Amino acid sequence: MTIGLGHYLTVAAIVFTIGIIGIFLNRKNVIIIMMSIELILLAVNINLVAFSHFLNDLVGQVYALVVLTVAAAEAAIGLAILVVYFRNRGSIAVEDINLMKG
Amino acid sequence: MYQAIVFLPLLGSILAALISLAGAHARHPGGSPAAAHDHAAASAQDRLASPQGGPQPHSQIQLGVTFAQLITTGLLFIAMILSWIGLAAVGFGHDERVSLTTWFASGDLQVAWALRVDTLTAVMLVVVTTISAFVHLYSIGYMEEDPHQPRFFSYLSLFTFAMLMLVTADNLVQLFFGWEGVGLMSYLLIGFWYHKPEANAAAIKAFIVNRVGDFGFSLGIFAVFVMTGSVAFDTVFAQAPALTGKTIHFLAWDADALTVICLLLFMGAMGKSAQFLLHTWLPDAMEGPTPVSALIHAATMVTAGVFMVARLSPLFELAPSAQTFVTFIGATTALFAATVGLVQNDIKRIVAYSTCSQLGYMFVAMGVGAYSVGMFHLFTHAFFKALLFLGSGSVITAMHHEQDIRHMGGLKDRIPFTYAVMVIGTLALTGFPLTAGYYSKDAIIEAAYAGMNPMAIYALLCTIGAAALTAFYSWRLIFKTFHGTPHDRHHFEAARESPIVMLVPLAVLAAGSLLAGYPFKELFAGHGVGEFFRQSLRFAPGNHVLDDMEQVPYLIGVLPTLMMALGFAVAWQFYIRRPALPVELARQHNTLYKFLLNKWYFDELYDVFLVRPAIWLGRLLWKGGDGWLIDGFGPDGVSARVLDVTRNVVRLQTGYLYHYAFAMLIGVAALITWFMLAGGMH
Repeated sequence: MTIGLGHYLTVAAIVFTIGIIGIFLNRKNVIIIMMSIELILLAVNINLVAFSHFLNDLVGQVYALVVLTVAAAEAAIGLAILVVYFRNRGSIAVEDINLMKG
Repeated sequence: MYQAIVFLPLLGSILAALISLAGAHARHPGGSPAAAHDHAAASAQDRLASPQGGPQPHSQIQLGVTFAQLITTGLLFIAMILSWIGLAAVGFGHDERVSLTTWFASGDLQVAWALRVDTLTAVMLVVVTTISAFVHLYSIGYMEEDPHQPRFFSYLSLFTFAMLMLVTADNLVQLFFGWEGVGLMSYLLIGFWYHKPEANAAAIKAFIVNRVGDFGFSLGIFAVFVMTGSVAFDTVFAQAPALTGKTIHFLAWDADALTVICLLLFMGAMGKSAQFLLHTWLPDAMEGPTPVSALIHAATMVTAGVFMVARLSPLFELAPSAQTFVTFIGATTALFAATVGLVQNDIKRIVAYSTCSQLGYMFVAMGVGAYSVGMFHLFTHAFFKALLFLGSGSVITAMHHEQDIRHMGGLKDRIPFTYAVMVIGTLALTGFPLTAGYYSKDAIIEAAYAGMNPMAIYALLCTIGAAALTAFYSWRLIFKTFHGTPHDRHHFEAARESPIVMLVPLAVLAAGSLLAGYPFKELFAGHGVGEFFRQSLRFAPGNHVLDDMEQVPYLIGVLPTLMMALGFAVAWQFYIRRPALPVELARQHNTLYKFLLNKWYFDELYDVFLVRPAIWLGRLLWKGGDGWLIDGFGPDGVSARVLDVTRNVVRLQTGYLYHYAFAMLIGVAALITWFMLAGGMH
């Protein structure tokens, strides 16, 4: 059995779904939400690299690198915000973060 | 001169009102803390209510009070003198008409301010200004301890002005102006002691019951205007004969125009003159100060209805059915009020029912077409009824505001002068020979006998019966108040004669009660009527009442006197010889006694049939109409529903991140699905 494009895309879809579900089912911690976002971005990266390889087009891999950079920056900023948030409010539990409640 | 008579009281009233306002202002400069706390914007008169004295020096306020008393009383006395001169000038001279100005003109409706002074008016002017002047004088003594005297005198004078406006009216609208004016002043004066809840209730009751009558009265004025195109008396009277036989079409009902007009106008008279069915306010009006009762609720305002019927005699003469109705109501009132008067215990209420009864007499005279005779009784009645009221006031002052005759007794030695004038008033009221009431009352009974209309016999029986009852209750009042043993030793010892300023009016009115009959007999009820009243009263060609009165049998002539003697004898037997008898009688006929004591249960009846349904309807419209319908579905309702919706929508905003994320995801999924499906269709 050769590993084809479909397998890569399936893995990417599974990872993406895990990321989505991580956002919803998680009721505890904002950090887990950030990790889920990383998973989603990862799934996108897998897609980009997979298509880049099978289409013989390097642009996709370039984009994957861009995504990685952005994801790193996003994680750094997100964590920094979380630290500050924890300092101010003493909690980063998802249930407690509902300032936008109507 | 006639302008002076009418407008001098107005001037006095305005000056006294200014003093009253100034006094209120001085007492509470810029509003006292108490007043500011209650109503910052309360009128100055309301501010008078707060009882605490201000920093104002007492003497200055006293000066204002004295000035208000002097100016109003003085002006009234001038008006009185002018009125008597006017009566002589008009009665034996010619009518006057003083045009003042146009009030309003709207299309065909031309209404002018004018003073119409004919004999009828001149008589009323004399009655009103004389009684009013002496009531003013009397009030100086009676109201001595009251802190709001300027206001009181202002009201009294303003009332007098409104009453004079009423009697000098030249058209129906001006008459209505005076009519409502006296109604308003009656309301204000009944409720003068507005800290008393009963006084407020009585004032409102008087006002509302009068509205019922005034509703009919205004409809009558409208009908007159519709039928004749004018409200001026001269025009209306000139056109009246042409209206005979015409009908007013209302819905599917054709009614004789003149009858309808007269009945509607008479409805106003019933309210104002406290006739049967609309009488309930008058006894309650006794909550007001006694001089007010004497002036408004005995001598002047309540006779406005009688005056109005006399003034409109050219109309009533043409509507025999309406006249029959007037006779019926008058006779019923005369007897009804007399029966209630038998058992009342409040000294002023007895006199009030007596007033009601005597007004019934006047309407009997009006109904049978003897207008001048009714006016005669109005004239004499004003004297002796005002005397009885002011005398009662003197008794009440002597007894320190005790009004229940069961607590009095034996007062004739303590207040002999009051006793004497009360006896004179009673003699005149019961028609003792040669007193004023004798001539006028007998004339009415003779007129009832001579009257043509179907109710005349009924009226005769009622008035004769009422004559006996009148004598009984009047003497009962005298005996229980002045004779026998004192029931309240403490008050009895403290009782003393009123000050001279109160006794002078009593003396003058007593003289009037004795002497006002004979000199005027020929002018009002004899051969002098035609010459004296001329065109102010109109008698239909078939109306021979005044001539027929001369030929009544001897028995009818002496019957009232016999009845009076009978009433006196029974009262003597009951209250002097055997005082236990009435108690025994009341116990034996308890139902009848209760029936009379509760005034035929009229108040209860009205409460069940009118007041409660009205309250029920009001509550229904309030709770159902306003609260449920308007507030539920109207402007307030719409905003409430919007709030309801937003309150639910707001719940969508949970504030949880994952809910927003989920919404975004659903949105993205939906978009993609749509693109895919829509894209597939191409």
